[in-house]
Amino acid sequence: MQVEKQSVSLTKQILRSISEAGLIPLLAIVTAVVVGGIIIIIVGGNPIQAYAGLVEGSLGSTKALSETAVWSTPYIFAGLAVALAFKGGLFNIGAEGQLAVGAVFSALIGYALPEWLGFALPAIVHMPLAILVGMLMGGIWAGIVGWLKAYTGGHEVINTIMMNYIALNTTSFLLNGVMKDPSPTNVIARTPLIAKSARMPAIFDGLRVHWGFILALLAAFLIWWLLNKTTLGFEIRTVGLNPDAAQYAGINVKRTIILTMVLSGMLAGLAGSIEVTGLNYRHELGFSIGYGYDAIAIALLGKSHPLGIVLASFLFAIMRNGASRMQFLTQLPVDLISMLQALILLFVAADAIVRYIYRIKSKGERVVLTRGWGG
Amino acid sequence: MDFKRFGFITLIIIVLFSVVVMVGQAKQPPLLIITSMLATTIAVATPLTLGALSGVFCERAGVVNIGIEGMMLSAAFFGWLGGIYMFQIYDMEAGISIALGVIFAILTGGLMALLHAVLSITFKVDQIIGGTVINILAVGLTGFLNRQLFFGKGSVFGGSVPSSPGVLPTIHIPIKELFSSVCGASTACLENVQAINRVFDQKPIALGAILLVFFSHYVLFNTRWGLRTRAVGEHPQAADTVGINVVKMRYANVIIGGMFAGLAGAYFTIESVPSFEPLLTNGRGFISLAAMIFGNWTPIGAWAAALVFGASQAMLINMQIFRDVIPPQWSFLQESYIVGLTPYILTMFILTGIIGKTTPPAADGVPYEK
Amino acid sequence: MSESQIVLEAKGVTKQFPGVLANDNVDFDLRKGEIHALLGENGAGKSTLMNLIYGLHHPDKGEVFVNGNHVAIHSPNDSIAAGIGMVHQHFMLIPVFTVAENVMLGDETTKRGSLDHLAVAAKITEISKQYGLDVDPNALVGPLPVGIQQRVEIVKTLYRNAEIVILDEPTAVLTPQEAEDLFRIMRDLTARGVSIIFITHKLKEVLAVADRITVMRAGRVINTVKPSETDSAQLANMMVGRQVILTVDKKDHEAAEEILKVEGLTVRDQRNLETVHNVSFTVRGGEVLGIAGVQGNGQTELSEALTGLRSPISGKVTISGKDLTGKPPRIITEAGLAHIPEDRQRHGLVLSYTVADNMALCDYYQIPFSVRGVIQPKALDENSRKLISAYDVRTPSPFVNAGKLSGGNQQKVIVARELSRNNVKLVVANQPTRGLDVGSIEYIHSEIIKMRDRGVAVLLISAELDEIMALSDRIAVMYRGQIVAIVDSKKTTREQLGLWMAGAHVEPA
Repeated sequence: MQVEKQSVSLTKQILRSISEAGLIPLLAIVTAVVVGGIIIIIVGGNPIQAYAGLVEGSLGSTKALSETAVWSTPYIFAGLAVALAFKGGLFNIGAEGQLAVGAVFSALIGYALPEWLGFALPAIVHMPLAILVGMLMGGIWAGIVGWLKAYTGGHEVINTIMMNYIALNTTSFLLNGVMKDPSPTNVIARTPLIAKSARMPAIFDGLRVHWGFILALLAAFLIWWLLNKTTLGFEIRTVGLNPDAAQYAGINVKRTIILTMVLSGMLAGLAGSIEVTGLNYRHELGFSIGYGYDAIAIALLGKSHPLGIVLASFLFAIMRNGASRMQFLTQLPVDLISMLQALILLFVAADAIVRYIYRIKSKGERVVLTRGWGG
Repeated sequence: MDFKRFGFITLIIIVLFSVVVMVGQAKQPPLLIITSMLATTIAVATPLTLGALSGVFCERAGVVNIGIEGMMLSAAFFGWLGGIYMFQIYDMEAGISIALGVIFAILTGGLMALLHAVLSITFKVDQIIGGTVINILAVGLTGFLNRQLFFGKGSVFGGSVPSSPGVLPTIHIPIKELFSSVCGASTACLENVQAINRVFDQKPIALGAILLVFFSHYVLFNTRWGLRTRAVGEHPQAADTVGINVVKMRYANVIIGGMFAGLAGAYFTIESVPSFEPLLTNGRGFISLAAMIFGNWTPIGAWAAALVFGASQAMLINMQIFRDVIPPQWSFLQESYIVGLTPYILTMFILTGIIGKTTPPAADGVPYEK
Repeated sequence: MSESQIVLEAKGVTKQFPGVLANDNVDFDLRKGEIHALLGENGAGKSTLMNLIYGLHHPDKGEVFVNGNHVAIHSPNDSIAAGIGMVHQHFMLIPVFTVAENVMLGDETTKRGSLDHLAVAAKITEISKQYGLDVDPNALVGPLPVGIQQRVEIVKTLYRNAEIVILDEPTAVLTPQEAEDLFRIMRDLTARGVSIIFITHKLKEVLAVADRITVMRAGRVINTVKPSETDSAQLANMMVGRQVILTVDKKDHEAAEEILKVEGLTVRDQRNLETVHNVSFTVRGGEVLGIAGVQGNGQTELSEALTGLRSPISGKVTISGKDLTGKPPRIITEAGLAHIPEDRQRHGLVLSYTVADNMALCDYYQIPFSVRGVIQPKALDENSRKLISAYDVRTPSPFVNAGKLSGGNQQKVIVARELSRNNVKLVVANQPTRGLDVGSIEYIHSEIIKMRDRGVAVLLISAELDEIMALSDRIAVMYRGQIVAIVDSKKTTREQLGLWMAGAHVEPA
């Protein structure tokens, strides 16, 4: 009897905590939409028309839905990357660079490997290999920062940003040089198209949504399982919440920091690999720009929970995908979306502001996501 | 600044200068190369110096400021925009428009910093997240307004970017005039004096930044304001128990820091070039932070570190000038993408602490709770 | 002296914190030139009352009168203006500032915009001469010994012309001799008309130094008495609300084989300073070796080096003959270490984890808690329920976050986790009862003695000399990183230990 009562109250407690976790992000979105609407009015637009355009453009047809799923795929991977790092007490601002590195290497394997080998690879080998290499390179790229953090105390925030610029410069160098698409009509910095055997198939004929979307959902589930059900997840979370206690508990803190960063980078690398193998079939310079910040916004909006990240990724995909429809209807520039996203992030990060506006009491426990320079 | 770090800074600067002299001597005499490198170094170090000063004030008061990049970016945009408005819409003189643009930039930096202060001091948001919000907001806001105001429907400027009132003038320090008499008839001597004079012919923000470095150092370590600022950054409880208003001190210093970042923003669009492009700050806000850390949170130390980054950027600029005379075995120096990596790799190297660990203020990044 | 003028009076002061009524309608008064002790357990509300008087917190109800006049105290500025100074338990000093900078902070003297260090230094020298405080105004505060830092705090109050000085637990960090010295300073101050509120939980001290004693318990004033009219037992009774056994019941020592052996251990702290030099000792099964010493004499680094949290520079640590020098914590734990860490919130617990998770914090990777890399929630649950009842942890459920428990119950979670492990050969307990209520202290003491009686070796590190003397079979005294003496606890005295703790080189009796 007693036990039953307890378990009922426990389910209730869990339900309550889910609704509480979702409440603040939801209100943050509402607030951002209202503030965004005011800005639209100020610049002389019609907010209702604009938002209707967004929804119509992203959810209004099968094709629109498919495109929204396409948009959400890299967001889910990159958002998971940032969230996983947050859980491990690390702030990965470098998803952008890791994504670019993943994309470059997937593209390289995709178009050059058959050439190097001298024979065509079967799709069953070539496609996974392209993805795997991109993922691993993303992991190594982030792992360098993890190693620096663990062994020298160099702060990951600045280092991941520096690695972004290094990735951008290096890919510019490669895409303007040895990896540049040699076709005579090409004038931009992009790789050649990858071989057919390295391409991921679409799920439905005639729609662009590809299997990468399913992989992204699968990755979200796997990360949830890893963090909450496994010993490794326990170690990552313990290091994230209290590295001193983790050390006391016998966890190898340095190794865990590096591992967390590598896993995070692998997810970000996957975001790039999947875009190359599933959608664009090449890597183009500048494609990665902006993903790093979007990924942070998504991770924060999703409260670093995989389910939350999937939902937040959909929201961002809806905005990005609907933006051109909005622009068509209202002549407001697509860049409005960036500002709307920044506002959402502002209200999510500063949940105290949202609590203040809507008079919601805080539960008193502060979640520490990052630490100062102490290393 | 201890000997090890000072030595490192000197060494890197010498190496960077030597590379340029070695490549460029086929085209120009070494003295001219060195002086023009110095002039460029001081100029391009300006936003880094100001950014680092911004960080010093915020963090000495105990607030981590990772939003310097965003503060610079928005100040660069609004300062430039303000100048255009004054010049084109209100028909002001170019000089006045430029001056007002600088003031707009400083105020923009201050306002963005106010937001950071509200987030991190009043609402106690994780300060690194707060700074990231500032950065993302700046990208979104400037990107949107840049497009909307100039190309959007019903834009006052009707679909094109109007010309801005221009850039700040160079202040000529008359070294040449003063010393040319010493040379007499020797043209070589005259050329040298002229070359040296180039180092000092800087624009107002660049010169102002150097004065601000020393002024900030004095304020921070010799005045009541500085003592109290450092106290709230080291041990806010202790400051509170002697009647210092921790929240007020932190707000004031974060806003002062924001205004420094605002002036840095003005450098980009009002002193350097009269135009704005999205993302133009290019990570320099973050490099400023590295300079601040390497300079051990002191203005003079941070300035010295900023000069190293300035030198690495000056090298990139000068390599473009000497592009055609780069010897074939050094051909990688032609690749601006590769040479352009120097400041980023330097930043990461410095943060390893191999050249001496630095200590942040004890309460840096910790919200104050009674 | 007894019936002189009342300089400070608090009437009906009430303060509610989330979940606790910290002060419940408290009345308190202080007469000119007296030492009025405020006695109570940790959490009785003494510090809250003083923080209210000093303006760091604001009372929900109640008023404060200074020299008979009602004063509204909104911030420390108001209380400083009213002539009140406070020396906090955790010093409010900035380590990277000099003494002069610390003293002038908030009340700076400037000359043409610059800080006038010379004028301030002169005034500090004058004050320290007048009261025999002996502080150097130009010294950096960080490296000063705690005793001197405390004097800097006193100078800080006198620099602001305080006539009422509040001393919050001032003897916690001092040796018995340093405490005597402080008492002399306190009497000097009162002789010159300063009035002192002396906050403490140590019975002997109040009886020795106070003119009046007010006892607080659970936010209320229980009584105000004169030392001549009371004794330790009565005061303890008032403090705790029940009869307290002031001694630990302990059977005679049965020495067994050697468990922990430390040879020539040298350790550096994070600033790379050598804080433990060439330390050697052994602990046998079935005995408690107490390490006495003033805080900051290398105890922290010693325990970190023994438990694997810090690598020693040189020397050797063995447990039951197994060399564990510089090994990581997990290896040492698996070799039989149970570690009750100095800072329970920093090292011992993850506050946002549940009690159940915290109770498996060190063993989570082993069967039954993990099977092939997957956590088994059922095993965690069962383990925690068993330990909660066996160790009397007061928690609403195993799924409550550890951060929500009281300090005593948090410590019990750690004690339960560490002492219940089935292979324990050695217990290292560092400050196991700091900041706890008497009930929890008694409980943890009895658990430590239980382990000893089971034949486990216990290394107890504590700055509380009474705790060391009550529990230890042998006592080692640490001073500036060295063990200066190891004695049988029955063959020594407080005074003797105090001398060693202060660095006096006296041959053991």
